Amino acid sequence: MQTENIIRRSFFLVALTSIIFLAGILVTLVVNALPALREIGLGLFTTTHWYPTAEPPEFGVIPLIAASLWITAGALLFSVPLGILFSLFLSEVLPEKIKAFLKPTVELLANIPSVVYGFFGMVFLAPLVMRLFHLPVGLNGLTASIVLGIMALPTITSVCEDSLNAVPRTYREASLALGATKWETMIHVTLPAAASGVSAAVVLGLGRAIGETMTVLMVAGGAAVIPRSLLQPMRPITANIAAEMGEAAVGGLHYQSLFALALFLLIITLFINQISDTIVEKSRQRFKVQ
Amino acid sequence: MKRIMLSAAVFFVLAGSVAYGLQRANKLTLQGSTTVLPVAQRAAEDFMKKYPAVNVTVRGGGSGTGINSLLAGTTDIANSSRPMKRSEKEKLASTGGSAVEYKVAIDGLALIVNPSNPVNNLTLQQAKDIFTGEVTNWSEVGGKDEKIVLVSRDTASGTYESFKELVLKGANPAATALLQASNQAVATTVGQTPNAIGYIGLGYVSDKTKPLTVNGVQPTVETVKKGKYPVRRYLYMYTNGQAKGLAGSFINFVFSAEGQKIVAEEGFVPLN
Repeated sequence: MQTENIIRRSFFLVALTSIIFLAGILVTLVVNALPALREIGLGLFTTTHWYPTAEPPEFGVIPLIAASLWITAGALLFSVPLGILFSLFLSEVLPEKIKAFLKPTVELLANIPSVVYGFFGMVFLAPLVMRLFHLPVGLNGLTASIVLGIMALPTITSVCEDSLNAVPRTYREASLALGATKWETMIHVTLPAAASGVSAAVVLGLGRAIGETMTVLMVAGGAAVIPRSLLQPMRPITANIAAEMGEAAVGGLHYQSLFALALFLLIITLFINQISDTIVEKSRQRFKVQ
Repeated sequence: MKRIMLSAAVFFVLAGSVAYGLQRANKLTLQGSTTVLPVAQRAAEDFMKKYPAVNVTVRGGGSGTGINSLLAGTTDIANSSRPMKRSEKEKLASTGGSAVEYKVAIDGLALIVNPSNPVNNLTLQQAKDIFTGEVTNWSEVGGKDEKIVLVSRDTASGTYESFKELVLKGANPAATALLQASNQAVATTVGQTPNAIGYIGLGYVSDKTKPLTVNGVQPTVETVKKGKYPVRRYLYMYTNGQAKGLAGSFINFVFSAEGQKIVAEEGFVPLN
């Protein structure tokens, strides 16, 4: 009995450490960002440019936040439909033998380091996009979205496929017995029943896309302007922090403004997570799995 | 059995700490400017060939990053393509250190365009107008009717600071400029983009990009050395306090005839 108590307590401590880490990160972000928030205040949102080392410095975060949102939206537009369709294909259509080969191959895509993706995007994809779309430069939001989409694809496919597999066979069999075709069953029965897993997959993909740093640093272009379309060079929050953090004097205003940027990124991510949680809850209500 | 395992464990711990201790004594780190990087890297390789027990690591990240590391004590030598700012020197002094500057080479900033661009020359004023966004079309400086794509460096870069001071005269570059992380990234982007213009250290000019003449002067080692090319600067290495021991030997190596030969071979201008 005593050993069991000890084990239970130590597991609790281990679980506690993850909460401590998360709280620690939040506290660090807020403590380091607060002086910048106080000193620059609403100027963060009303200034249109980001020139942190100019005299006087300008700290307009809107171009950076807008770029992050554009690229994340673009990446999701590319990877979510493809990911869901691919997972449907994997779980419902493909014979076991081909599936056993194809699934690990897709998961291999997830193991490629992001800097390799960045290099591939910069050297191969950017000139291609430039030629195909007749753009002045190939380093833009579209190239970044495509590469991020490829990076998020394995995550979305994997999680979707697992949740599709978890749908009870009785659902499919009942649908087919009522005369629906295989395609109708997939779209109207299986996929909605797996909705909570699918939205979890989308959230994971979204987290990957919005937090990706190295790839967008190399490929998105780096221009700190509010983008009017995906085809423009842009500078997401993550690339900006990575580029400037090494040089910002510790404790200075530039340093603190970068922490403020990180805080905004965290808030946006938490907000999107909350929205998707609500969607999951709603769909769970509709499809009360027995 | 237990005794064997115990003695094996003690042996490995001892061996590990000795190896660690030896490693620390003969390790040298340089960090910072991507302009100085090729020179520092080759000097490091030749230095390690001369003294095989020594381990020299060279990292990039931009001059600002290198200087920040020097302030934080995470690097022995900071490579920089701009002089240290007064605020940075004061910060180092406030922690009890002192910044010692070593000029290791002379460099020219080359303005590069894509080889397909018909423009061959710009005045210094035209260069400033282009990069501040006053001039936006190549036709305004004698080229095709195409929008100019600006390729620049981010704020961690000493090359950016040098360019801002020497060409922009302190003005901010246009917000539409693409900020790249290294000299090589600028060169690659300009080489792939027909209407791009960028600036890089002299040693990075290759046949993938076309260097422009500024005020009629071609950026070469000769014109930079003679002072004819208007956009020139020093390349520096900084240490915290006089460079002693391994750092001192390394900097002496860069000053030596061998080291200056490396500077010349990498395309920069040696000190004498």
